[in-house]
Amino acid sequence: MSAPLIVFFLLAALAVVGALSLILQKHPIHSALSLIVVMVSLAGLYLLMGAEFVAAVQIIVYGGAIMVLFVFVIMLLNASAEEHTDFSKLAKFGGLPLALALTGLLAAAMIHNGSAVPNNVTPDALASTTDISMSLFSTFVYPFELTSFLILVAIMGALVLAQREKKT
Amino acid sequence: MNSVTTFLTQDGGFWVLTFGKIALLLFIVLTVNAYLTWFERKVVALMQSRVGPHRVGPHGLLQPAADGLKFLFKEDVMPGGVDKFVYLLAPFLALTLALASLAVIPFGPKPLPPPFTFFGHQIDLWITNPDIGLLVLFAITALGVYGVALAGWASNSKYPLLGGLRSSAQMVSYELSMTMSVVGVVLMANSFSLTKIISLQDSSKWGLLSWNIFTFHGGFPQVVGFLCFFISAIAETNRVPFDLPEAESELVAGFHTEYSSFKFAMFFIAEYTSMISVSSLCAILFFGGWYSPIPDLPWLQFTHYLPSLILIPFGLWVIFDGVRYETIFGKVILPGLGTAIAGVGALLLAGVWIAPLHEVNEYIQGPFWLLSKIFFFLFFYVWARGTLPRFRYDQLMHIGWKLLLPVSIANVIITAGCVLRWGHP
Repeated sequence: MSAPLIVFFLLAALAVVGALSLILQKHPIHSALSLIVVMVSLAGLYLLMGAEFVAAVQIIVYGGAIMVLFVFVIMLLNASAEEHTDFSKLAKFGGLPLALALTGLLAAAMIHNGSAVPNNVTPDALASTTDISMSLFSTFVYPFELTSFLILVAIMGALVLAQREKKT
Repeated sequence: MNSVTTFLTQDGGFWVLTFGKIALLLFIVLTVNAYLTWFERKVVALMQSRVGPHRVGPHGLLQPAADGLKFLFKEDVMPGGVDKFVYLLAPFLALTLALASLAVIPFGPKPLPPPFTFFGHQIDLWITNPDIGLLVLFAITALGVYGVALAGWASNSKYPLLGGLRSSAQMVSYELSMTMSVVGVVLMANSFSLTKIISLQDSSKWGLLSWNIFTFHGGFPQVVGFLCFFISAIAETNRVPFDLPEAESELVAGFHTEYSSFKFAMFFIAEYTSMISVSSLCAILFFGGWYSPIPDLPWLQFTHYLPSLILIPFGLWVIFDGVRYETIFGKVILPGLGTAIAGVGALLLAGVWIAPLHEVNEYIQGPFWLLSKIFFFLFFYVWARGTLPRFRYDQLMHIGWKLLLPVSIANVIITAGCVLRWGHP
């Protein structure tokens, strides 16, 4: 096995373990930490594919900014360990079979369409920052601008919701 | 094959060389960190008309070693009710991330000359030099918040929790203006690579006027960008006047109140290491990195001997000072040290007549200037600590969001316009 392949499997295993731990941990902070592990190992996978810029942005935006906000809010609310409830019968009995069914479905689709996914992806077009910005600001300029508009609206919404009601 | 797969398929010599360089850099940085505490205490003491550390060794020069030993032998207290895993993770996270940021900093332009190679690998003065060096640094900074925030949360105590909350809010806020303020430099260099950013500030013709902070060449002088960057970086490293996370009159010691022994030392080392990496970034991005402030004209060639010219008087001063020193130990050690320093200086100065020594002089130009600039910014950190009072929390947020962020965005817009008009194709 070549070195990149070993690193790929290590990172993939780390991402899966992180994702499982995210669900299984009782305490919100531990779940958030597991999510950070997932984000960082995904960044490692991007790096392995040669997408350096995307990897760095993955860590800066997801691993850094967004998850810091999660951790910050959890700390601020001083949330304690979650209680186990019997609220959802569906999750208790149907959860595992449904998850297996979804995994099977996805696996079947991947095996069936195996040739449609190029198996040695080297997205050199996505490697350099210049190429990414060129495609962002030419081919995908409308989706890009619309997304930023959407985020702006979300920020305004958060501000409106967070504003204290004026006493009249 | 992309750069990462190339990196993973390197031969054994490369790995041995890289790990050797990492070990050497760690040794140097940890020693420098230790003496940075000594330097800080001495300088702040002088600013406040005190003597500073002077009991352990001549001029207190062995104080860092004593401090280090003390940290090692103190009892390692684990407070009750802490979240053990996160409590132990936090200092490791803080220290590893701070040290990792030094891996991408280039300390000199040229690899060591031909006889010094390692199994066919040239020995560069950096550990790695990725095309996205600056982004790597920002990614590490972005993760650096966790060390502080998690330490505050895991300690299960009110002061650390408040300190951790304060600091994560502060670091998230200032990260924005810090990132925005370097965009101007990135636009002018058209690259995230630190070596490329430096090489565009080549000062052989115009001297310090070609540094990013002064140059009009292909852009706009980044004075405003530099000020925004340095202020945000001081806040990002939680130093005075932005050291609210550890404001002792309000929060005892902030996020590391419940940490003792070497775990406390790890936070300490992390703080000083990030000071070093911020200072190197200032030097690299805005002050020409390893380029000398003096133009490379024929009649100014003698300035290449500046490092040796500085060493000789410094060595003589240490000898003179040592002879006057009160203790016998100081009378022996200091003149010895001074003789060594002056000797090295004299040897290098002999390069005027001896060709190989001349080469050595030429080679240490880059590292010498970069390290002097880094040293200047480290001094600036200490200077600020010795003179400025701490900001109030609302003032801190006000400066970050309402002053630095808009100003750095304006800087980006102006620089982008200038680069569009006069910049590189």
